[in-house]
Amino acid sequence: MSDTPVNPVDGLLRMDRMPHIWCGGCGIGTSVNCFARAVAKAEIDHEHLHVVSGIGCTGRVAGYVNVDSFHTTHGRAIPFATGLSLSRPDSKVVVYSGDGDLTAIGGNHFIHAARRNIDMTVICVNNFTYGMTGGQVTPTTPYGAKASTTPYGNYEHTFNLPNLADSCGAQFVARWTVYHVRQLTRSITKALKTKGFSFIEVIAPCPTLYQRRNKLGDGVMTLQYYKDKSTIQNGADTADVGMSFQSDIIVGEFVERESLTFMEGYEKRMKEILGDGFVPYRGAK
Amino acid sequence: MAERKGMEVSIAIAEAASACDVDCIAAYPITPQTHVVEHLSEIVADGDLDAEFIPVESEHAAMSCCCGCAAAGARTFTATASQGLALMHEILFIAANLRLPMVMVVANRSLSGPISIWNDHSDVMTERDVGWIQVFAENGQEAVDLVIMGHRMSEDKRILLPLMVNFDGFILSHMVEPIEMPTREEVKRFLPDYEPQQRLDIDNPITMGPVGMPVVYTEAKMAAEWAVRDAYKPMVEIMGEFEKEFGRKYKPVETYRTDDSEILFVVMGGISETAMTWVDKVRDAGVKVGLVRFRMWRPLPVEDFKKAIAGVKVLGVLDRHFSPGGPGGPMAQEIKYMLYGQDHAPKIVETVVGLGGRDVNFIDFDQIFDRCKAVLGGAPVPPFELIQVRGGHYGKA
Ligand code: SF4
Repeated sequence: MSDTPVNPVDGLLRMDRMPHIWCGGCGIGTSVNCFARAVAKAEIDHEHLHVVSGIGCTGRVAGYVNVDSFHTTHGRAIPFATGLSLSRPDSKVVVYSGDGDLTAIGGNHFIHAARRNIDMTVICVNNFTYGMTGGQVTPTTPYGAKASTTPYGNYEHTFNLPNLADSCGAQFVARWTVYHVRQLTRSITKALKTKGFSFIEVIAPCPTLYQRRNKLGDGVMTLQYYKDKSTIQNGADTADVGMSFQSDIIVGEFVERESLTFMEGYEKRMKEILGDGFVPYRGAK
Repeated sequence: MAERKGMEVSIAIAEAASACDVDCIAAYPITPQTHVVEHLSEIVADGDLDAEFIPVESEHAAMSCCCGCAAAGARTFTATASQGLALMHEILFIAANLRLPMVMVVANRSLSGPISIWNDHSDVMTERDVGWIQVFAENGQEAVDLVIMGHRMSEDKRILLPLMVNFDGFILSHMVEPIEMPTREEVKRFLPDYEPQQRLDIDNPITMGPVGMPVVYTEAKMAAEWAVRDAYKPMVEIMGEFEKEFGRKYKPVETYRTDDSEILFVVMGGISETAMTWVDKVRDAGVKVGLVRFRMWRPLPVEDFKKAIAGVKVLGVLDRHFSPGGPGGPMAQEIKYMLYGQDHAPKIVETVVGLGGRDVNFIDFDQIFDRCKAVLGGAPVPPFELIQVRGGHYGKA
């Protein structure tokens, strides 16, 4: 018998796939640690948990979690998860991907899944860049921040992701940085228990590309920035939580609402029209 | 004449596009093409190229955006690979059929699944029928030259079609090679300012892309067929003019040591440099074998190819893509189309190699050569074979 203590998150991770590919100081791993703890806290049985990722550094999460998972093409995690969620209503479907994947090439799917209120949790690790392809500008890169495709700084307007999710009807919206591991774990737990579309933005460092190119130091210095500049404002109006380059970061749980999910809306309408003749769908055999 | 400098091929391609004085670049990041557009974004940001660089939100948007730029009369350039090219698919037809000149470099990479970032030709070969001009580079210099010739060809009033320059992902895109980079002045002598045949112009309004009812659709497709087929002659002419200006000779089909060969290998892209080295080795040992390479793929240079292989007994075709459950690799299919029914047509040994980044080395060439020799000696022609499969292959476990 070995006396080596077992990491409580081991059960959710494919230890045979370690070491992972993420760089030292990258924030993705921290978010996965929080996610693993949240799954345990929410008491979600691994048999009924599915993780779907798109492409990118965060897209690798699907390969590291020891549950049924799918690594889809770039931008298509949400439509894949929509199909999965609707045909397996008894399961919890989590989309785990990055800002580039979810809000650029997959942006259309994001707004429609939120609008339809599909039962899924979307975790977006936002490091303001495309990490895997070498640090190009994304829809969340702050104005003035450098990327490999904007060497003199970004000149485009950026998304305020909590506000985007909120305005499309998301049921639960939160934002934390990877410094806020306890709060993040708590919010993911809540999101996992939320019926309908829940969204969590995780602000994370990409020291290799975003931090380096913008001369912001390493992972630890970035955590210090998160610590110094974050203010917790639960219930803040999402219109006010937009970020700019190295600005203050408003974190917290911003939105909690309850409206009919896609499935509930469908069943309600069909019952109105067909009455007792309607047989609700109960999932794939 | 410009001096030769060691440059990463992707960087050289970006410099070539810059030397062509392009007006618009719209692109989305995808491995292994990213260095091309990253470097272009730097050139534009530094003010060294007066152009719009548009970092769009997907490849579908990139190709749509390029169509808009070209329709407005801008010299347009983009780059992509693999899934990115696949995502552009529907717009590729539109760019061609609206006769919108532009140049796109494709750093050839395999398609998912499984996810692979490495090189083969599955991305471009699944886009064979989109109506673009398609050419393949063997090395960095050729990629650079094809970008420069590409703009001239694409904008030529007798062609007016989008043009795709293929170069192997990683194997070429990330290599540092000696490159002779023409200056902007030199390029300008060869590539005059772009004057569109027609463009969206508020003073003379036209509509591009309306519905083609059954009464005109077939005619539009006939026009597309003519457009690509008729591009051959002016393309060859432009290659000749390029040679006059820059001293490098290009032909639609390239041959290497084919004299008195009974067996020829047929390849496309960067693999031919390895193949040439292998041919040298085998020839030095006294065996007569040579090499044929397609540089031009659309339009298909039928007569050049037939001339290149005249008198040969066996062709060993090395495809980098295939159609599952279908007739094998695309090059082999098209070679059969070119030779079917012809007297004394060579026998064809079809192989598919180098999928998803698997190296193709001398051992593989030797194996294929053994198959060719067997066929030359009278053995039946084997069905197409996916070689390099660990643990045997279909039907021969
Ligand atoms: S490139 Fe950036 S996002 Fe990707 S693993 Fe490294 S630090 Fe993380």
